[in-house]
Amino acid sequence: MNIFDRMMSLDRRWVFLLLVVVCAVTYIVPFQVPIRVEGEVRSIYDFIDTLKPGEIVFIAIDYDPNALAELHPMCYAVMEHCFRKNLKVIVTALSQNGPGMAEQAILNISDSLMLDREYNGVLYEGREIRNGEDYAFLGYKPYFALVILGMGQNFRIPFPTDYYGTPLDSIPMMQGVQNYDQVACVVDLSAGNITDAWISYGQGRFYFPLALGLTGVMGADYYPYLNSRQIFGLMAGLYGAAQYEEMANNPGLAKDGMRVQVYAHLVIILFILMGNIGYFMGRRDEKK
Amino acid sequence: MRRQIPLMLVFIFGIFMIFQYFVPHESSEWIYEFLLDWIYIIGIFALALGIWSLIRVSVAKIKAHKSGWGYPIITLAGLFLMILFGFTGYRDGSWGFYFMTAEGLSNPMFRHFFDYIMIPIQSTMFALLAFFIASAAYRAFRARNIMASLLLVAALVVMLRFNPYLGPIGPVIADTASWLLNVPNLAAKRAIIIGVGLGMVATSLKIILGIERGYLGKG
Repeated sequence: MNIFDRMMSLDRRWVFLLLVVVCAVTYIVPFQVPIRVEGEVRSIYDFIDTLKPGEIVFIAIDYDPNALAELHPMCYAVMEHCFRKNLKVIVTALSQNGPGMAEQAILNISDSLMLDREYNGVLYEGREIRNGEDYAFLGYKPYFALVILGMGQNFRIPFPTDYYGTPLDSIPMMQGVQNYDQVACVVDLSAGNITDAWISYGQGRFYFPLALGLTGVMGADYYPYLNSRQIFGLMAGLYGAAQYEEMANNPGLAKDGMRVQVYAHLVIILFILMGNIGYFMGRRDEKK
Repeated sequence: MRRQIPLMLVFIFGIFMIFQYFVPHESSEWIYEFLLDWIYIIGIFALALGIWSLIRVSVAKIKAHKSGWGYPIITLAGLFLMILFGFTGYRDGSWGFYFMTAEGLSNPMFRHFFDYIMIPIQSTMFALLAFFIASAAYRAFRARNIMASLLLVAALVVMLRFNPYLGPIGPVIADTASWLLNVPNLAAKRAIIIGVGLGMVATSLKIILGIERGYLGKG
């Protein structure tokens, strides 16, 4: 077996080992990776940034812990941006494990919001966000397509009470809020086909502005909806979340994770190139 | 009758749901909401059936001491513990069972089982994919012919698009990736979406009109 054969048939454990080493080193060593912001993420940030205090953003947390690495940073970045801007937030979770993810995100962001922070040259004073006044967490209901349709009539149809059992009519921020008509936009953070339901049954029927936050592998599938303006923005994967953090001047989990991802991709590219060099050189030798 | 009644119900409700979409009358909305409620009710029975089926299969495996019979014990323990914690809560200075209210959500064990068991397990399983993808990419991405070469180049461009260490070719790669996503990818996906949409309409009509009867089973 010559060197080119070896390049083509490397034991996969070497691939795993190099990937582990690169991920560990880039995770431990703190450095920043420059982020280039693309139009599809910028449009989400700009939309939320131009809303007036008191307006309502609907955030659908439709992912389970398996998509946590990509979508939790997105959720943190968007939600913190909303609360810093004094916007109200309605949260739902239409995947089975979504309520746990949503509750964790709300708790962590609540802690972070207690501190004074300066973003993009503007000082935001720390404050306590209150359930029912600053946000309403409606929780989980099965059959996401029906829930999305039901909320188009009235949030109280699928959710007569919030996640904690409080009737929606008793929640201060839900007074006068009937359906999507009172919501400035919907941001769906999803790792599955719930996104299709938000596009078809939600935006397609009730015409609210919809933005998507998706896992990296899903991103390419939803570009047609961006082009047809059924969605006004798209964040795909950790890179999408990092772009939002970059725009918000609020580096967090995504920008931290990007340095690992960039170098992990370089390792994968290195192995792909190595395999192809071995393949071409091997073929050349065979022809000789 | 066992076949005629379901066929009739599917026809009536299918036709109603099509027309309802175009009729913004109050009574039409009311029936629509009423039907949505019915779907939840049917779904709750499906959930109960699913739990019963899981218990039955798991118990049968444990009894038969089939290979891996320890796993169903963990499955059942997880199921019953989460149900127990979900219904156990703290109110008015004492702990108790609350079936109709949401006190269980404040049970720290309910939260901890999710935060410290469920989240790490699911995240770990998904993170392992990175290693398999790396290994698969190394073996599969070979420029064996023109189509494979195109796939390889597209994959490399999209992977490199957010790499900040490419100097002056960085923006060129980013623009090329953006073009790939917004032009060829969009055209192909749009064709697929339209095709799938038309297929869904055709299949729905076949079911509503009783031409497609696979959902009735063999009975």
